[in-house]
Amino acid sequence: MMENVSFASTGAHARPVDLPVKMHGRKVEVFYGQKQALHGVDLEIPERQVTALIGPSGCGKSTFLRCLNRMNDTVEGARVVGDITLDGEDIYNKNIDVVELRARVGMVFQKPNPFPKSIFENVAYGPKIHGLAKNKAHLREIVETSLKRAGLFEEVKDRLDEPGTGLSGGQQQRLCIARAIAVSPEVILMDEPCSALDPIATATVEELIDELKQNYTIVIVTHSMQQAARVSQRTAMFHLGRIVEVGPTEKMFSNPDDKRTQDYITGRFG
Amino acid sequence: MSTSAIILAVLAIAIAAYALARRKAAGIAAAETGKLHSMPSYHGAYGLFWAALPALLALCAWLILSPILATQDMRSLYPDDLGPQLSAFPGVADDMTRAIAEGIRRMPDAVRATVHQMPIAELSPLLAGLGVPVASAAQDWMIPAALQRIAFDDWSRLAMTIVVIGLALAGAAFALSRIRLRLTARNRVEAVIRSFLVLASTIAVLTTAGIVFSMLFEAMEFFHMVPITDFLFGTVWDPRFAAAGTNASGQFGLVPLLAGTLYIAFVAMLVAVPIGLFAAVYMAEYANNRVRSVVKPLLEVLAGIPTIVYGFFALITVGPFLRDISADINGLLTGTYGSFIQAQSILTAGLVMGIMLIPFVSSLSDDIITAVPRSLRDGSLGLGATRSETVKRVILPAALPGIVSALLLTMSRAIGETMIVVLAAGIAANITINPFEAMTTVTVKIVSQLTGDLDFTSPQSLVAFALGLTLFAITLILNVVALYIVRKYREQYD
Repeated sequence: MMENVSFASTGAHARPVDLPVKMHGRKVEVFYGQKQALHGVDLEIPERQVTALIGPSGCGKSTFLRCLNRMNDTVEGARVVGDITLDGEDIYNKNIDVVELRARVGMVFQKPNPFPKSIFENVAYGPKIHGLAKNKAHLREIVETSLKRAGLFEEVKDRLDEPGTGLSGGQQQRLCIARAIAVSPEVILMDEPCSALDPIATATVEELIDELKQNYTIVIVTHSMQQAARVSQRTAMFHLGRIVEVGPTEKMFSNPDDKRTQDYITGRFG
Repeated sequence: MSTSAIILAVLAIAIAAYALARRKAAGIAAAETGKLHSMPSYHGAYGLFWAALPALLALCAWLILSPILATQDMRSLYPDDLGPQLSAFPGVADDMTRAIAEGIRRMPDAVRATVHQMPIAELSPLLAGLGVPVASAAQDWMIPAALQRIAFDDWSRLAMTIVVIGLALAGAAFALSRIRLRLTARNRVEAVIRSFLVLASTIAVLTTAGIVFSMLFEAMEFFHMVPITDFLFGTVWDPRFAAAGTNASGQFGLVPLLAGTLYIAFVAMLVAVPIGLFAAVYMAEYANNRVRSVVKPLLEVLAGIPTIVYGFFALITVGPFLRDISADINGLLTGTYGSFIQAQSILTAGLVMGIMLIPFVSSLSDDIITAVPRSLRDGSLGLGATRSETVKRVILPAALPGIVSALLLTMSRAIGETMIVVLAAGIAANITINPFEAMTTVTVKIVSQLTGDLDFTSPQSLVAFALGLTLFAITLILNVVALYIVRKYREQYD
């Protein structure tokens, strides 16, 4: 079901790049009660790439991210119009099982939110509810692999039974990433994953994101221009509920087409 | 001057002091260079406190001490031998003398001047005519003592008026004289407010301690008459009546009452906890705002119904219904239509009490569940968990310490409930494990021991304090356990 398209969206100079599309949003509009948060957003998410969503606060980038695994369903009064596909399949179709969708499209939140359980139980949570482990040994293996992939295993291997809430902020965020990886998602959504972390922990998580893109499609919302430049291959600039520019990160940061993008990345507004 | 007039005068002086001090401070600020340390209103409050507080404190002290001193003074006129009846109870003589004094006060001056010559036999009818009945045991020597009392009280009141109002004026003058640019009025007012707050919390704590000690002492008295082991481990509750002259006391076994209390509370919790908790989960996790805004107040109406109403609901509706339905079931199963549930039974009381407790459980748990951070819900839902999986595996474990303490609070209420039990489970102190029979609780027995003619020297009445102490101990233990659980859990996570 992969569609190969050229990524020549809004920018006239955008280089066409042939990449398989993992997720595709078309004319996405989101309403919170009477207030419209997104006004017809079109965005393609290429497979096994890091796509960064940037833009000033309140521009709708987090709202769009939360549409991708239907987390907006949990917000009372939220309504989504338009369609979003995962591997060509409409995720807002009535026949789609939201629970299954969220297992395929995992999410890491702004503030690390480990459950008040042990480190092991935190990572084992997803595999347990989805029945991914054949037995205890297999579960242990999944947990260890996930922790290793999240680059946390060496730091916590002797205290897997201790509460996950006792870790440092950066460790907690990597624990949340491990928790998301453990259900073998295809896409990982990250909502400002480093905004609550210090620079060293941020560097660790960024390295991790870079490694993860070999296996996963990643969409990251960030307020840090440097972070978008460092970790992403494609960037979409949101403003007032619309995408003003989307293209390869390198080009966006060196030679943006839109005046607003230029002003934003050079720090003149936002 | 009457006490209320004195208080009004002091308040008037205090308000005047406030206005004057405030104006003076404002005047200083305008006239001198430099900034006033505190705003003029703080200077005003400073004046107000200085005018009111010493005066009112003196008033309180005076009102407490003066009657004590007056009684001392009055007693100096008593004969050495008060007579056969009164010598055992000198306090009664004081009361009678005070009553006579009160009566004399109400007399017109002309009559009053002749009082000191009258014998008591002549005075008594006069006093009775003024609405002050005097007991027949009154003696002649009480009349001069009463006159002495009147003189002392009059003198005391005059002195009190002068001293208190004088203190108020002096305080106001002192405060006014102290007002300067750099007076730290704001900090001083803060200190006064702080001591008010300390006073309020001290009163709360001392009241609790007072209640506990009074229960403790009365209970000790009871335990002098009935051995504590008989009370705690006795299995028969048969207090008999405190008939005059009988010292043969009944049996005061706590066990049947305690068993009944815990049994009925247990049945009530069995009803209230699942229903209340599930209702809370629905409200907090599933219901949308519209449903919540209708259902939650409705549930809370249930909490506002007085328990006596639940009681006759049990007596008139639930009890007979259970009795009849048990007869039908019995008839269907065995062919004989005899009811095996009594109209007054543990089941009835437990059921109705459980209904009463549902809103407590649901509303306390709802608050606790709602307080679980949204990020935990998002985390779980974002991993593809369903709502019920999220509730079961993340939210309830996180909310557990709060829910446990809510349940223990509810349990305390169930144990303390009286009215429903009286009407629904009866007052028979049985020991049984059959929930279809009647049983009774500690609180019901406290009520029945303290109704009617009371003789607070008999174990039949004093046992109420021992029972009260037992209830207090149980709820105390429940609270301590709740605190322990909450603290232990907190240390583990968070």
